[in-house]
Amino acid sequence: MLKLRRIAPIKIFTLLFLVGITFSKKSSAQDGHALFMANCASCHKVDQKLVGPALAGVESRWPSRDKIHAWVHNSSAVIKSGDPYAVSLFNEFNKTQMTPFPQLSDKDIDAILDYIKSAPTTTAATATTATGTATTEENGDKSLLFGILTLILAIVAFTLLQINANLKKMADDKEGVPAHEPIPFWRNKTYITFGTLIIFLIGGYFVTQGAIGLGRQQKYEPKQPIFFSHKVHPGINQINCQYCHVGVYQGKQATIPSVNICMNCHMAINEYKGEKLVDGDGNEVNGTAEIQKLYKYAGFEPGKPWDASKAKPIAWVRIHDLPDFVYFNHAQHVNAGRVQCQTCHGEVTSYNEMFQFAPLSMGWCINCHRSTKVQFENNGFYSMYEKYKEDIKNHKMDSVTVKDIGGTDCQKCHY
Amino acid sequence: MDKKYWQNFGQRNNTEASKKAAADEFREDLPFEVDDKLLKAPTQRRDFLKYLGFSTTAALIAASCEVPVRKSIPFANKPEDIVPGVANYYATTYVQDGEAISIVAKVRDGRPIKIEGNTLSPVTKGGTSAKVQASILSLYDTARLRFPTIDGKEVTLAYIDQAISGALGGAPVVLLTSTINSPTTLEAINQFLGKFPGSRHVMYDADSYTGLLLANQASYGRKAIPSYAFDKAKVIVSIGADFLGTWLSPVEYASLYAVGRKIDEKNPAMSRHFQFESLLSLTGANADERYIHKPSETGAVAVALLNAITGQGASNINDAKLKAGIAKAAAELSANKGNALVVCGSNHPNIQQVVNAINNALSADGNTINWSSLNKSKAGVDADFAALINDMNAGRVGALLVYGANPAYTWSNAKAFTDALKKVKVTVSFNPKNDETTQLCKYVIPDHHFLESWGDAEPKSGFISLMQPTINPLFKTRQWQDSLLKWSGAAPDYHTFFQNYWTGKLGNEEAFDSALENGIINNSTAISAGASHGVNNAGSASVDTTAASGNRPIVTPTTTTNAGASYNNGSLNTALTAINNSAKSTAIELVFYKKVGIGCGEGSGNPWLHELPDPVSRATWDNYVMISPAMAKSLLDIDLNSDFQTDNYEVHPAKRVLKVTVNGKGSVLLPFLIIPGTHPNTIGIALGYGRTAKLGKVSENVGKDVYPLVSFNGTFVDYTALNVTVEKTNDEFDVAQLQTHSSYDTSMGLRTDVMKELTLNDFKKDPEEILDDREKEAKPYGGLPAYEKQGTIYPYYDKPGIHWGMNVDLNSCIGCGACVVACHLENNVPIVGKSEIKRFHDMHWLRIDRYFSGDLENPTVVFQPLMCQHCDNAPCENVCPVSATNHSSEGINQMAYNRCVGTKYCANNCPYKVRRFNWADYTGADSFPDNQNFSGVGKLDPAVHVMNDDLTRMVLNPDVVVRSRGVMEKCSFCVQRCQDGKLKAKKESRPLKSGENNEWDVQTACQQACPTNAIVFGNANDNNSAVTQMRVNNKLRTFHSLEQLHTLPNVSYLAKVRNRDEEMEYRHEG
Repeated sequence: MLKLRRIAPIKIFTLLFLVGITFSKKSSAQDGHALFMANCASCHKVDQKLVGPALAGVESRWPSRDKIHAWVHNSSAVIKSGDPYAVSLFNEFNKTQMTPFPQLSDKDIDAILDYIKSAPTTTAATATTATGTATTEENGDKSLLFGILTLILAIVAFTLLQINANLKKMADDKEGVPAHEPIPFWRNKTYITFGTLIIFLIGGYFVTQGAIGLGRQQKYEPKQPIFFSHKVHPGINQINCQYCHVGVYQGKQATIPSVNICMNCHMAINEYKGEKLVDGDGNEVNGTAEIQKLYKYAGFEPGKPWDASKAKPIAWVRIHDLPDFVYFNHAQHVNAGRVQCQTCHGEVTSYNEMFQFAPLSMGWCINCHRSTKVQFENNGFYSMYEKYKEDIKNHKMDSVTVKDIGGTDCQKCHY
Repeated sequence: MDKKYWQNFGQRNNTEASKKAAADEFREDLPFEVDDKLLKAPTQRRDFLKYLGFSTTAALIAASCEVPVRKSIPFANKPEDIVPGVANYYATTYVQDGEAISIVAKVRDGRPIKIEGNTLSPVTKGGTSAKVQASILSLYDTARLRFPTIDGKEVTLAYIDQAISGALGGAPVVLLTSTINSPTTLEAINQFLGKFPGSRHVMYDADSYTGLLLANQASYGRKAIPSYAFDKAKVIVSIGADFLGTWLSPVEYASLYAVGRKIDEKNPAMSRHFQFESLLSLTGANADERYIHKPSETGAVAVALLNAITGQGASNINDAKLKAGIAKAAAELSANKGNALVVCGSNHPNIQQVVNAINNALSADGNTINWSSLNKSKAGVDADFAALINDMNAGRVGALLVYGANPAYTWSNAKAFTDALKKVKVTVSFNPKNDETTQLCKYVIPDHHFLESWGDAEPKSGFISLMQPTINPLFKTRQWQDSLLKWSGAAPDYHTFFQNYWTGKLGNEEAFDSALENGIINNSTAISAGASHGVNNAGSASVDTTAASGNRPIVTPTTTTNAGASYNNGSLNTALTAINNSAKSTAIELVFYKKVGIGCGEGSGNPWLHELPDPVSRATWDNYVMISPAMAKSLLDIDLNSDFQTDNYEVHPAKRVLKVTVNGKGSVLLPFLIIPGTHPNTIGIALGYGRTAKLGKVSENVGKDVYPLVSFNGTFVDYTALNVTVEKTNDEFDVAQLQTHSSYDTSMGLRTDVMKELTLNDFKKDPEEILDDREKEAKPYGGLPAYEKQGTIYPYYDKPGIHWGMNVDLNSCIGCGACVVACHLENNVPIVGKSEIKRFHDMHWLRIDRYFSGDLENPTVVFQPLMCQHCDNAPCENVCPVSATNHSSEGINQMAYNRCVGTKYCANNCPYKVRRFNWADYTGADSFPDNQNFSGVGKLDPAVHVMNDDLTRMVLNPDVVVRSRGVMEKCSFCVQRCQDGKLKAKKESRPLKSGENNEWDVQTACQQACPTNAIVFGNANDNNSAVTQMRVNNKLRTFHSLEQLHTLPNVSYLAKVRNRDEEMEYRHEG
């Protein structure tokens, strides 16, 4: 008994340890790709020279991984130490230093190296199947069906009324009741009243809808200074939204990328070879020419080193524009609320040209606030809502929506 | 309750006008000109329909036009640390005339928009003042000089450098500045002066502390000012020193003073503060006991106090009350030797020597006075400046370089200076605005604003506050140190110079970077260790070596010991005799005082500081003659005990203009205000007013300049004047005061219940007095805990998660107004101008009510900050016809501006009168420019238009909307900060920090600005939050304003306790 007791924790510990190792190994292998994309990809490719050298076979060029760690952490120190390969590399790249990455741990760097080893050396443009989550059209638009049904019923009712009137007339004739001169329905006051009322209601509905829609610009799809295709970037090439929209996790603006972010990749990518690009009017777009436009803004001539200070900002046409009296914060939704970008911006990965997907009306916001569940269990912030915790425990409520934590208060958005 | 509190005289007498004012918040007619023409206009029904049809169609056509195309322009190269929409905070330093306060500037998208105190500073501990808060607007001041000029014509920097370099040399150069305590600047000055033999540096302070400096030289052999430890003093006696408002370094003193004023309920004790003064100052208003005397008696009061403590000198005080007060103060001081402190505001060296003798007798040195840490904010000696004028007249000055000083305005004999200036060949001004001195200088190179500059300051020896730019220079200005270095032929610019200097002192670049990040260096040993010649003492060294003649040699930093100074009694008797023989008192005497906001005139270009009501007089936008009620009766026949005369004086802003003549100096015409607490034979006028259009539209023609009436007697500038005559004139002039409105009286809630006050003795005797009161009121509903649910017919609502709450300690609040300005900044509260305030259209979301009680001639004063109370059962909410104001789930009484239609029902129904209506388009939020000069509303003042300039609008907080005409607004508990703090916590996946372990996610602007930590804010549902702790730990003093109305405010107060012997009349019947 005593022995067992002593052994049990050890066993459990070993088990946990093993599991931990398996998981951490797994995650680090996965991380390699992510880490590479996040930290290295702007200057390095696996099989092609970019700002920095191609990384395929990097391990064979260095004496040990330790040296690579040192180099990544602080390349200038390695150069100073007089390592021959480091010095030659430094000279080869016009004495441009590699950005130091002290935040990457040795393990991270190993993960990246593992990824490089396993990465396919030929970049066959793997046109990944854009996994457009097939929006279930089951609960699609039924209003047309209802409309037709209403129309049929209206016609039936109208016919029945006519029949009724005729029958009454016939009955009256039979009984000898003197019949009124029949009034044609277009002069019948009842019909006229009904007709007017219906026209007024329908007209009123459309006028009101139009008035409410004033200033809203859903489906707004302006022509931009550069034809930028989200389909190509986050879609086919699977670039993370955050790579360009850097502010989305931190601040109220997602931020439109600055020229230097574009140039991170486009220093190397100077022509477009992908599938045909078509703009909103159905015209074909020359992707390479659009990249040239970017170079013009950036003041970049291919083949020459780029002086970032010569770049000029690009005046994009603003699509999503909330009025000044509305406070909206991307970080709140994307970071704290873990709302997917697509919820409000649609299936961006399939857009060639960006347009406004959602109406951005207050009703639309509020409806979402009413039904969306907050990260009640996952976010430590909500631990102070003790009453709700209790209620969930006692099955008084099953989930906490944004509304429950004050998501429909005026001053959530207006201040 | 039989003690009467009053905000104005009408309330004191309960006059008809006062009752009427309390009944109607909006007491003017609607702003429509209804005349016969309008009523008899021949508009027919058909015309009406035609217009209706046309306007509807026109509106439809206009609305169906295309939405304008808006551009979204990102950075070309995004700097790594700037995320659009996310604020960055940079530690830097506010510097004004030697006063240096460590601050943190909030920078949004490259623009500084708010200033907070730097909590790392051991001096100010994160406190600020109204002046510091408002200083951000001087960055965006439209009156700033925008380029260098020669004779008023714009030139390039290269050209002016060449011109000045050619002109300098040959004759001696004099650098005239306000007090400089920046080590690097002093070093740069040394380099510069070294280039030009015979040159010198003269420090001149508009706010002179000559008396203190000279007295310390006589008593301690050091021409310097020590640190005062108000926190260690159990008894504080101030003879005319307004140390909480304007004396030396008020922000530092306020935070120290508050230490002794906070009360531990279990063991109630607090410091005792006596104030002897002639005018009611902010400090006097906070005193436990206050005695009034004539300005000419200041010396006699000091001597009498010395006499009562040590027996030296002789008491010459005849006034019985004053005599008793001195005896009492002396007894208290003697009983607390080592824990007592006496400070004096006089600029008279002899009086300050007597004060030194008193402090010495009380063993203050080393205890409450600290000579090892010098206060370096003021070092100018008036005689030095007078000597400079002589030198200029004698042609001994070849070039005069002016920085920070404006003697053509602030010197008592400005004409002597301007005449002498004409005899100087080369005159250069570095001042940022076209002030009176700059107007006379040939060369002008405006300095950067401090938010655009590199630099440092040493407000106290051993403590350095660093300055770094928070924005690129807006104009073609240059840091003045750069000019000095350039002209002295030194290689690096000031930035490099500064960086090298501190990198050298601190050892390495990392240490410098981290110091810059923190904004402070607080390690005197580290500084001195690095400094081979003790540069940290440069400021004091330069002071110590100054010859009285003013022929100061080049500042040579010499090591001075930081150890204490030894007191010597040698010249005390001379001083005592001199005081005895000094000018005898006269019938009417005059005190020139400084206002908390305007100071010596440095705040006069700032609309926020003009609109900040003076804490005591509650007047805005003007200076005036303060007279006592007794003088009002004897001189002007206004008897404040008569209802008719009270209303006659008070109801209209028009006040009679008095002609004040100072014998031999000239006269000034100013309106008067009756301020209780003023000595019956004394009048007071504020300095710093009466500027011209050249300093901008804000200060133009606001008040009158009274510097010409101040006199210089050869040794020091005297801020009092004897032999004054006051005459009535037939003119009247409007003074915009805030005290006559925003009052509320009903049978349910009387003024006294808004605020509670008691004495320390009462509190000790009956600690549960206030709690009992509250219990009694709640008893019919089942006692206090049940009151919330039982006292109303409305249902009870749950309060899950966060419930915001605020607590204000009336004992710590000194009424300085820092919170009021901070609130303006944070919430884009508009400036409305004098003409609107006159019509009770002020927009302060947070106001500090000032209550008088007791003796009309020397009343007791209580300050109460009053903002929206965010009532959980709010009377405003249920009268809104459009539900524009309603309650949030977190306890905030919210205002949806877009929903508001402007019925003002809510304001009428608010018992606290904290709702503010936008009568006009103050912020330029309407799209029609003419709305600001709409005849129905009246023309708005120039200051309002200045605030709507493109440059000035850069100061607006982008997270808060500007409100347009016709909507109600009020305190929102800084909801934008609440939201931001919650988001921060959510991002880090942790509960909200609201004050536990002094960690804050959310601080309101008023809380953060407060130098005394009187305001705490946080989640009242959290038992560990600071606000809950404050309420729990001070259960006996906590109360809600007008609790009996069952408004259930989320703001609570702690009752004011006064450390006074006699029991107050405040007593609850039964």
